[in-house]
Amino acid sequence: MAIDAATVRKVAHLARIKTPEDRLEPLAQELNGILQWIEQLNEVDVDGVEPMTSNVAQPLRLREDVVTDGGKIDAVLSNAPKSADGFFVVPKVVE
Amino acid sequence: MSDLTKLTLKGAVDGLKAKDFSSAEITQAFLTNIEAANPTLNAYVEVTADKAMDMARASDARIASGEGGVLEGAPLGIKDLFCTEGVQTTAGSNMLRGFVPPYESTVTANLWRDGAVMLGKLNMDEFAMGSSNETSAFGPVKNPWKSTGSNADLTPGGSSGGSASAVAADLCLAATASDTGGSIRQPAAFTGTVGIKPTYGRASRFGMVAFASSLDQAGPITKTVEDAALLLQSMCSFDAKDSTSLDVPTPDWTASVGKSVKGLRIGVPREYVVDGMPTEIQALWDQGVAWLKDAGCEIVEISLPHTKYALPTYYIVAPAEASSNLARYDGMRFGHRADQFSSLDDLYATSRAEGFGKEVQRRLTIGAYVLSAGFYDAYYVRALKVRRRIAEDFDNVWGQVDAILTPSTPSAAFALGDKQIDPLTMYLNDVFTVTTNLAGLPGISVPAGVDSVGLPLGLQVIGKALDEATVFQVGAALERAAGFTAKPGQWW
Repeated sequence: MAIDAATVRKVAHLARIKTPEDRLEPLAQELNGILQWIEQLNEVDVDGVEPMTSNVAQPLRLREDVVTDGGKIDAVLSNAPKSADGFFVVPKVVE
Repeated sequence: MSDLTKLTLKGAVDGLKAKDFSSAEITQAFLTNIEAANPTLNAYVEVTADKAMDMARASDARIASGEGGVLEGAPLGIKDLFCTEGVQTTAGSNMLRGFVPPYESTVTANLWRDGAVMLGKLNMDEFAMGSSNETSAFGPVKNPWKSTGSNADLTPGGSSGGSASAVAADLCLAATASDTGGSIRQPAAFTGTVGIKPTYGRASRFGMVAFASSLDQAGPITKTVEDAALLLQSMCSFDAKDSTSLDVPTPDWTASVGKSVKGLRIGVPREYVVDGMPTEIQALWDQGVAWLKDAGCEIVEISLPHTKYALPTYYIVAPAEASSNLARYDGMRFGHRADQFSSLDDLYATSRAEGFGKEVQRRLTIGAYVLSAGFYDAYYVRALKVRRRIAEDFDNVWGQVDAILTPSTPSAAFALGDKQIDPLTMYLNDVFTVTTNLAGLPGISVPAGVDSVGLPLGLQVIGKALDEATVFQVGAALERAAGFTAKPGQWW
């Protein structure tokens, strides 16, 4: 499953990281190196093994569906790159 | 008064309680040390001197009135991955430069509840992704240790390099750190300090900048095993704000330090002998076995057959979780936003390209790849299955042994710049530590000796889930036997 420049372009888009054209080929080589090393996982017999998604042997807790916090507009907006009148300001999305 | 900054955390807390000196005095002593050392070592990314002195004076007032918590007046360094209300928190990234959290992480809130004083925020690999502190947007931290006969700057390890360097150079009594694949234990081993990662779920992740949520755990880096027990006790708590927090009481781990290890069964896993491991590491490991045997432990050779698959598993699971966690950095609500962009999509991609460093971009790309349609089962799901095999390896030996002894790292500290060429070489640093993250187990690194050029080396003790008590007990026995007292010469 070798990665080529086209695959890197696609994955960089999925990761939303702008990647210049001249970086695609070097990145493909790097990723191939890492993925080749990862291929050794194919040696392991995992038949019938349940994927391990957590190492906490307890079900996730549920809490009462009630408001416990809120009304902190200033705190929420305090790190916004841009805000106005209690709202986040983002670039125009719909033409 | 002798140099207060050389005290252990326990020694300082006792001295403060006995009013031998004030918190203002010891805090000032540390601030003076930091001012002299930090331009060279780069351990702190922000020193909160005024806040520290305010907290110190408040502690002194509490001590004067006979109140005060278990860490009252003790000056600590905080890894810049813990959100601190009103104090910039960057996780070593340009993405979060200028980010000032309006809330406090649970771990640090616990420390302030117990009376600790914050000296500042400690440097780290960007988003904790690195083993040498060289991925930090604030530049690498230098290890206070140097090889005999060489002036080369060495890495303090990573990602908690600032924490380890600051503790080793007496720039704080102790520090908080975090460990996703070895980020507490490897820097501790490289700097002659003690570091423990507790059982997953012991310390709340609320307010810690997330890297890989199923692996991340907070823990301390300290000068002694007793200090590690004392600080970890304060850091841990059940927290409803972390869905994976364990609702279990936090024991008094300091009571385990000094307890006899006679009769304990110690496992030595044969798979932890790796190719190209320096003979000095093997010799130290053999020495550790001999020490524990002398102390009355029974040594049991064990097998953890899936050990060699732990690192490749980690390099699927961790980037996958990171690519999901770090999706939040979109330049909209907080974090860096690019000035120039052609569309909304371009704004996301440009902000992230500008805000994230090279290693973070590399891991996010791997993560997006292994989670993408067509590769999800072949990589991600397979890795989760192998992860279970690794965890089962440990489950299978706990009937025969009470704890496991391994080296902490496959080498001593290396020179800055040495391992940057090939990411795989860098990843191998975590070969002995990453298994416990995947299995959720506690692991401590204790300084046990120096190599032929005078650099510290560590031994690791791994315990059963929630059995930090035995980990501290065995770690303290190693500490006693090793009698490690070496300190770096002060060249900064």
